[in-house]
Amino acid sequence: MVSSPEKDAGRWGAGVIPYAQMGYWQPDYEPKGTDVIAAFRITPQPGVPPEEAGAAVAGESSTATWTVVWTDRLTAYDHYQAKCYRVDPVPGTDGQYIALIAYELDLFEEGSIANLTSSIIGNVFGFKALKALRLEDLRIPTQYVKTFQGPPHGIVMEREYLNKFGRPLLGATTKPKLGLSARNYGRVVYEALRGGLDFTKDDENINSQPFMRWRDRFLYSMEGVQRAQAATGEVKGHYLNVTAASMEDMYERAELAKSLGSVIIMMDLTVGYTAMTSMSKWARANGVLLHLHRAGYATFARQKNHGVNFRVVAKWCRLLGVDHLHAGTVVGKLEGDPNIVAGYYDTLRLEHVAANPLHGIYFEQDWASMPGVMPVASGGIHAGQVHQLLHYLGEDVVMQFGGGTIGHPMGIAAGASANRVAVEAMVKARNEGKDFLREGEEILRLAARHSPELQVALDTWGDVSFDYESTDTPDVLATPTA
Amino acid sequence: MRVTQGAFSYLPDLTEQEIRAQLDYAIEKGWAISVELTDDPHPRNTYWEMWGLPMFELAGADAALDEVRRCREAFPGHYIRVCAYDPTLGRQTTALDFIVHRPPAEPGFRLDRQEGPDRTVRYTLHAYATQAPPGGRYGPR
Repeated sequence: MVSSPEKDAGRWGAGVIPYAQMGYWQPDYEPKGTDVIAAFRITPQPGVPPEEAGAAVAGESSTATWTVVWTDRLTAYDHYQAKCYRVDPVPGTDGQYIALIAYELDLFEEGSIANLTSSIIGNVFGFKALKALRLEDLRIPTQYVKTFQGPPHGIVMEREYLNKFGRPLLGATTKPKLGLSARNYGRVVYEALRGGLDFTKDDENINSQPFMRWRDRFLYSMEGVQRAQAATGEVKGHYLNVTAASMEDMYERAELAKSLGSVIIMMDLTVGYTAMTSMSKWARANGVLLHLHRAGYATFARQKNHGVNFRVVAKWCRLLGVDHLHAGTVVGKLEGDPNIVAGYYDTLRLEHVAANPLHGIYFEQDWASMPGVMPVASGGIHAGQVHQLLHYLGEDVVMQFGGGTIGHPMGIAAGASANRVAVEAMVKARNEGKDFLREGEEILRLAARHSPELQVALDTWGDVSFDYESTDTPDVLATPTA
Repeated sequence: MRVTQGAFSYLPDLTEQEIRAQLDYAIEKGWAISVELTDDPHPRNTYWEMWGLPMFELAGADAALDEVRRCREAFPGHYIRVCAYDPTLGRQTTALDFIVHRPPAEPGFRLDRQEGPDRTVRYTLHAYATQAPPGGRYGPR
C-alpha cells in the first residue's frame, strides 16, 4: 500500500492512508446478529500485509475510495464501514488468507440480490493490491432473509403439485442440444416421458434460433407432455426455456407455456439476478414451477483462488427464488468434489445449515422457514450409478440422465424406463434396510431381471466413469472425486 | 396400460413381505400410515377415499397390513395406495406413497384436444373408467 504523505494529519488529512488505519480493520469487532458476514479468500500482492488487504476489501466493498474524502465526515461513517475483523492464513497454501468481513444490514436494499452483489462483489475483484480474490461464503442474517420470499413453490409444494413422493425425480435434457426441428424435438419429449421420466428439459442454449423458434418448440413439446400424461396417468413436465433477450420476451414465452398447461418453465443464470427475481415473482403468481440452469457459473466459480464460490450463488438463488437449481452430480462428467457438493445441497435444501469446514461451509445459516430448492444433478450420469447418486445426493433431487436416456440402444422410452426401474429398485432396497451403496450393482442386476431395458443400459454404460481430480476442494482435507 | 403413480410402479407388484418392509421403514421414521382407494386414477385426483383415519404411532406393521388386506377384500376393483405422512417441521407432507393394489384391467386415458387459435390446443385428460358411475367402473364388485 501507499503510505500516508501527511501522517501528522491523522485519519482526516488529505491524501492516501492505509485502509487498516481508516477503520476497516477492527480485530476487536464482534459481529452483530444482524450483520451480513463474508468469508473472502484473499491473495495479497507481495509486500501487502494480509490485514491491510482484508481492510482494503472491506473498504472497497463498502464506503471507501482510494483517498481520504472530507464528505465522510457528513455521515455516521463508522456505522456504514464494513469491518474486517479476522484474517487467517489458509493451511498448506502460501500467500492465501481467509478474511472475515462484517457488513451493517443498512448497506443493503431489501429483497435485492442485485444490490447485495453490487456491494459485495461490485468493484473489489479488480483491485490492484490483490492478486486474486474469492468470495467463499456469506452469512445472511435472518432479518435480511425475511425480505425475500424465496422459491415460488419449494420442494414440498413441488412434490404435492406433481403428486410424486418418496423417490428422486427423473429428468433428461433433449439431445442433440441444437438443430432438431420442433416436430422432432417433441418426439424426444414424448418418448422420454412416456418411458418413465418425470421431466424433460430444454438445454441452456435452446432459446429461439433459426432452426427452431420458441413458439413452435413450445407447441410440439406440450403435445408430447400431454400424450405422455395420458400414457402413464402421471403428471409430467418439460422445462420450457423462456430465456430471451428482454424481460418482455421472457414474459411472452412464459405466458404461452402456462396457457398450454406446462407445470414448469426454466431460465438461464445468464439473464441476471434482476431478471431471475422477476421471473420468480411471475412463477409464484402463475403457479408454474421455475427451473434455473446455472449457465456460465463456472466462469467465475471454479477456480479456487478467484471468483465466487457456487455455494454463495446457490444462496442468492434460494433467496431470489427458484424451485430447481443445478448443483452437481459428484460422479458425472462435470466438476464436483463430494464434500463440496454436499455443502451446495445442504445450502439449497436444509432449514438450518451448521458451519462445516469439510463441506466448505464457513458460517451457520438459518433460513427462517424459507422453502428449499430442489437440486438438480445433471451431466454424464447413467443408471449404473444410481446407488452412488442416491447415497451422495439423497431423495430430494432431480437426477437428469440425458445421454443416458436418449442414447439407449433400444430407444428413448426404453432408456427412460431403465432409469426409472433403477431408481425405484434402489429406493426400495434402501427402505428395506439394505446397504445399497455397497450392494448397488447387485441390486441393479436383480432389478434388471424384470427389465430388459435396464439390463441393456447396464451392459452399455455400466463401467463408464469420469475420474478426474476436482479443482475446488475443501481446505481442511483433500479428498479425491469418488 | 399401467398407471405408474406412486414410488414403485415400475417394479413388479409388491408382495406382502415387500409391503411390510416399506411399512417398517416408514413406521421406524415416525411417519403416520394411511390406506387410500379410488376408481378415478386421473393424475390430479388428489383426494383418494380414506380407508379409515391415518394410523399414528404404530408399534409395528401388522395393523397397517391388516387394513391393506381388508381394503383389498372390500374393493378388489379399485386402486389402493399406502401413504406415509411426515409431520416434521419443514416437511409436513407425504413422505412416501406407493400402489399396493390395482384393478384387474386398466383401460387408461383418452386425451381430448380442443383446437384454439394460432395452433394452440387445450388438452383434457379423461379416464375411460370414469365413464361409468363410481362403484361400477372396473367391473362388478
